[in-house]
Amino acid sequence: MKSVLNYGMNLLKENPVFGLYLGICSTLAITINLNNALGMGLSVIIILTISNVVISAIRKITPDEIRIPVYIVVIATLVKAIELLIKAYAPAIDQALGIFIPLIVVNCIILGRAEAFASKNGVVASALDGLNMGVAYTLSLVAMSLVRQILATGIVDLSNPFTNTEIFSITLIPSQYTIPIFSSAIGAFLTFALLAAGVSAIKNAEEKKLKGAK
Amino acid sequence: MELFSLFFGAVVINNVVLTKFLGMCPLLGVSRKTSSAIGMGAAVVFVIFGSSVFTYTLYYQVLVPLDLQYMDLITFILVIAAFVQFVELILKKYSPVLYKALGIYLPLITTNCVVLYVTLFNITEGFSFVEMIVYSLAAPIGFMLVLYIFSTIRERLDLADVPAAFKGNPIALIVAALMAAVFTSFVGLF
Repeated sequence: MKSVLNYGMNLLKENPVFGLYLGICSTLAITINLNNALGMGLSVIIILTISNVVISAIRKITPDEIRIPVYIVVIATLVKAIELLIKAYAPAIDQALGIFIPLIVVNCIILGRAEAFASKNGVVASALDGLNMGVAYTLSLVAMSLVRQILATGIVDLSNPFTNTEIFSITLIPSQYTIPIFSSAIGAFLTFALLAAGVSAIKNAEEKKLKGAK
Repeated sequence: MELFSLFFGAVVINNVVLTKFLGMCPLLGVSRKTSSAIGMGAAVVFVIFGSSVFTYTLYYQVLVPLDLQYMDLITFILVIAAFVQFVELILKKYSPVLYKALGIYLPLITTNCVVLYVTLFNITEGFSFVEMIVYSLAAPIGFMLVLYIFSTIRERLDLADVPAAFKGNPIALIVAALMAAVFTSFVGLF
């Protein structure tokens, strides 16, 4: 139980999205509903894990001067492969995420982990790091999309992207009390600001506690 | 008239930053000072315009005849990275003053998602050459406009008394939300 709590605390404090402000373009754009958030999150987990493994495996033969172009080519190849797979097997996700799938190439989290972790560590450690960061990113997307979807539509639903059938759908807020602005651009910025402020409030409280202990 | 509405739409109504959420990193990163916001904006306008013309030509003259459309992402990102490097070299040699002013922001442009977005959007929308030119100028000008307005507000924000948890980026995002409200009110003008 304690380790779960610790993991949760680390997830909050070193959160790539709300703590370090990485990859926020896609976070703001696609978190209109839970389906999009999970689709994007899973794509990023797959790409980040594989790209970390590949970059870690070739780290000894990559010349230092051109490492960034090498990383970008590796990442772009993976993203294109995932994009083609999504187009073929899950057209609903392709429709919803559109141009944000190719834009995963310039998602700072992926290049950031390649540069900060995979280029210096072994293959297994890099794979775990990619998985870990990807899960943290996905959880942030899910948190943000839940807030926005519940406030804007009052409904939480999830459907299978491959067959387009509904898995569940729960109505939490009657439709006359919803706040549709949260599905627009304004709501995206507001939700993100409030969640980020929440994370920094937790961080501040933690720091105070540490200072008090000393 | 059609070109004008394309231009105005890309600058204001469909602003890449406030409605498409692109280029958030530079928006939060280099908007603390007005001068650096203008420098970054100008560099982005130049890079987007140059790499759009380049990738557009490359796509229709090389990739389509060879039936290699699926290579778009890889070639585009390499063109952008090379173009940024090229601009850096040219500026260093011929205009050291401008290079000094833009220096640190130039390498960052490679991972600015607006650049990749505009080059891909030119293709997916099936723009003609003239439309492509107009759009690739208008989109980064919209970016520059928002970056500039945002930086003037942020300079004021530094002096304001903000709740501890909102210090820094969260309050900047609230500002962005209000700006998005203003910009989206132009919808329906054309």
